[in-house]
Amino acid sequence: MTAVAERVVASAAETFARRHRFRWYEALPWLVAVAGYFAFPDYLALGSQILATILFALSVDLVLGYGGIITLGQAAFFGAGAYTAGLLAAHGMGAPVIGLLIAAVAAALVGLISGVVVLRTHGLTQLMMTLMVAVMLHEAANKANTVTGGADGLQGMEVGPVFGLFHFDLYGNTAYFYCLAALFICWFVMRRIVHSPFGRSLTGIRENEARMHAIGSPVFRRRLVAYTISAAMAGVSGALVAQTTQFVATDALGFERSGNVLIMLLLGGIGRLYGAFIGVPLYMIAQDRFAAIDPVYWYFWIGLLLVLMVTFARGGVLGIVDRVGAVLRRRR
Amino acid sequence: MTEAAASAALETRGLCKSFGALAVANSIDFRLARGARHALIGPNGAGKTSFVNLVTGALQPNDGRILLDGADITPLSQAQRVKRGIVRTFQITTLFRGLTVLENVTLAVSERLGSGGDIHRPAGSRRHIIDEAYALLERLGLHDDALRPVKELAYGRQRLVEIAVALGLSPKVLLLDEPAAGVPSSESGTIVDTIERLPTDIALLIIEHDMDLVFRLARWITVLVAGQILVEGAPQAIAADARVRQVYLGERAHA
Amino acid sequence: MSEILSAAVSIGFFGLAFAMVLYLISVGLSVTMGLMGFVNLAHGVFAMFGGYAVTTLMNSYGMPFWASLICAVVIVAMLSVAFERVLYRRLYGGDELDQVLLTIGLVFMSVAVAKYFWGPLAQLFQPPSELRGQVDLGFREFPAYRSFLIICGAVLVTGLWLALDRTRFGAKIRAAVDNLRMAQAVGINTSGLFTVTFALGSGLAALGGGLGAELLPIYPGYATDYLVYFLIVVSVGGLGSIRGPFLAALLLGIADTAFKYLLPEIGSFFIYALTLVLLMWRPRGLIGPS
Repeated sequence: MTAVAERVVASAAETFARRHRFRWYEALPWLVAVAGYFAFPDYLALGSQILATILFALSVDLVLGYGGIITLGQAAFFGAGAYTAGLLAAHGMGAPVIGLLIAAVAAALVGLISGVVVLRTHGLTQLMMTLMVAVMLHEAANKANTVTGGADGLQGMEVGPVFGLFHFDLYGNTAYFYCLAALFICWFVMRRIVHSPFGRSLTGIRENEARMHAIGSPVFRRRLVAYTISAAMAGVSGALVAQTTQFVATDALGFERSGNVLIMLLLGGIGRLYGAFIGVPLYMIAQDRFAAIDPVYWYFWIGLLLVLMVTFARGGVLGIVDRVGAVLRRRR
Repeated sequence: MTEAAASAALETRGLCKSFGALAVANSIDFRLARGARHALIGPNGAGKTSFVNLVTGALQPNDGRILLDGADITPLSQAQRVKRGIVRTFQITTLFRGLTVLENVTLAVSERLGSGGDIHRPAGSRRHIIDEAYALLERLGLHDDALRPVKELAYGRQRLVEIAVALGLSPKVLLLDEPAAGVPSSESGTIVDTIERLPTDIALLIIEHDMDLVFRLARWITVLVAGQILVEGAPQAIAADARVRQVYLGERAHA
Repeated sequence: MSEILSAAVSIGFFGLAFAMVLYLISVGLSVTMGLMGFVNLAHGVFAMFGGYAVTTLMNSYGMPFWASLICAVVIVAMLSVAFERVLYRRLYGGDELDQVLLTIGLVFMSVAVAKYFWGPLAQLFQPPSELRGQVDLGFREFPAYRSFLIICGAVLVTGLWLALDRTRFGAKIRAAVDNLRMAQAVGINTSGLFTVTFALGSGLAALGGGLGAELLPIYPGYATDYLVYFLIVVSVGGLGSIRGPFLAALLLGIADTAFKYLLPEIGSFFIYALTLVLLMWRPRGLIGPS
């Protein structure tokens, strides 16, 4: 190999490597999260919800942003995790971390089984199937109200202390760090996944599915793996919410939840790993401020925002940051 | 039939496919010899691309068998067939447009080596994959563009990347679906040169409209009309064949 | 035996009436999705506003039933043209995700708008006096309004099918669904065709929403809560098809009625499961576009 070639290959390897090397700004969300704990001690409950929902949005980003699968039914997995954790806690198995793990497995199973069906189809049919899976579970939870408590919620959850040491306190201190730790671990795993050859092949499938088939990639299997991992993450998110609020109701499986998380992700930026960290807090803090005043207006403005973003600001907040950055670079 | 009669790299027997009343493949018996330089021609709608899709597994036949080196591969998936060495390029450039040229080829190479699904290690941590992909780009004269996204390349260069991605899969049988389609004639020479220089252990099937290109590259030609093989033979024989002339003149009269 | 027969007749009758409403609302969605490839989750919004227009005109302004229906169709069709021109048009042929998000946004806005103007409760709907009570068909009595729905639906469906088969406009739509580029190549003004078809589909939805206000009550959650029904009709029927959704609407209408009647505990669950199975069996719907 010539010296020039050596240099190009080295630089290509460097480009690949750079993608998964940690950068300074990746510490920001975590610094903000810890700072938030000290700055807003009265809002820890909201904080925990935000952290758990970021995880939910991350799970959508994996299937949608990286896998290119449009899903209207991600709440199916959130709900599966939430009910698993809830039912365990209601039946005397309140150890939170174990509950979290079992919830992840249960949601992954739902993802795997439904994925086998859903991922064989495309376009509107696929969209419909994701929706069908969620409404089926929603309906099942509704009708099985002797077990689930239906829309009024599951009764009698008793969540034990984390690792037998840290009790969930009234102020939400434990809940906050519990959610933060779970989010950090899941984020770390997901970050590794998207930068692995598997993650690149997902990007390949999203960019051009026909070509992935033609280079001998088992497209269906790759998508199924991604779908299952994403379901597990959504399940953990649901379990976090169930355990920290000690409450699950059928709205955990509802269409609004699947729709809202798409909006939050769009707000931050889809397929970027950090969109969830920006979109979810923005949405949820705004919701906390404005929806309290009038939930009806809230839906109007969020709908309008969505319409405007799709029409004018594709790529969300991070997309805007990118574009401004590009303009500044050109100026220089 | 001398060339085709030698041991076949690829063979189809009684291959049939229809969409409703439209038969795109009507009992096709086809042989592609080892190391062949074989062209498949025919008027629009003759079923050429469908034939490629059947052979690569993008379509499942209604009837008939496909053999690779004598082994039946009909039930195998597209991915499994690629692993066995049946590789195609597309008539309309089908690449990962947002990724760099090098990464397009790297994806193919790592898929061939079975590490495309690795989830536990970062992409790019296996240098030999990148080395191989880059060496391939050098061979095709694409190395200067290695780190540019495909979508920034001229169309003729993109056609070459198609071929590079296919070569990254170490094909035994390479199906080139109109390799020079849409490329200005000033650039198509490079593509023809590249195809001419391909290693002789690859059996080539070129699907083409451009007769100049066919006669330059092919040593054996099969003419497909309405899902059936009309005639096959050496280029001179095909050029002289009255039926073939009629089909092509007929088509021009329609157009 | 006669009890079973009577139950079957009831299910068939109510199911048919429901199917007609579902079809009227959904057929426009099927055509616009097939024609423009646009995933429009906000189609139910047009049906809902049709329903609000009819009930408001009748209840608050004392307008006769028939006149309110016509007004509702015209208002919604005109409104839909504005939506199509300003919002939908720019996403044709674009990313499905953008279409999904845009239309979810519209659905959310519709919920808020409906609640703001009409409050959270379902609208009162009173059929006109001539359509109240029962009609006697000799062997049995049937509710007059449902009978009217069936007849009205049958007439509209026949008219619609004939129009698509026989008129120039219908031929253009069929050509464009079949092969958009070819249709453009032979000089069909597809941009105008899109707008007119969209308006027509939305107008029909408004009609379905108004006529069906008794079966699918008009309230702010209309566009989200019934969305699943409309999507089932369209996806099971086959995108771009006119007859497919009718078959799907019949299936859904009758199955839904039957389950609610016989197995109210698990009815909807079975409907959704059935839809999944049908979609697995025929991912492109029962009857794909020609």
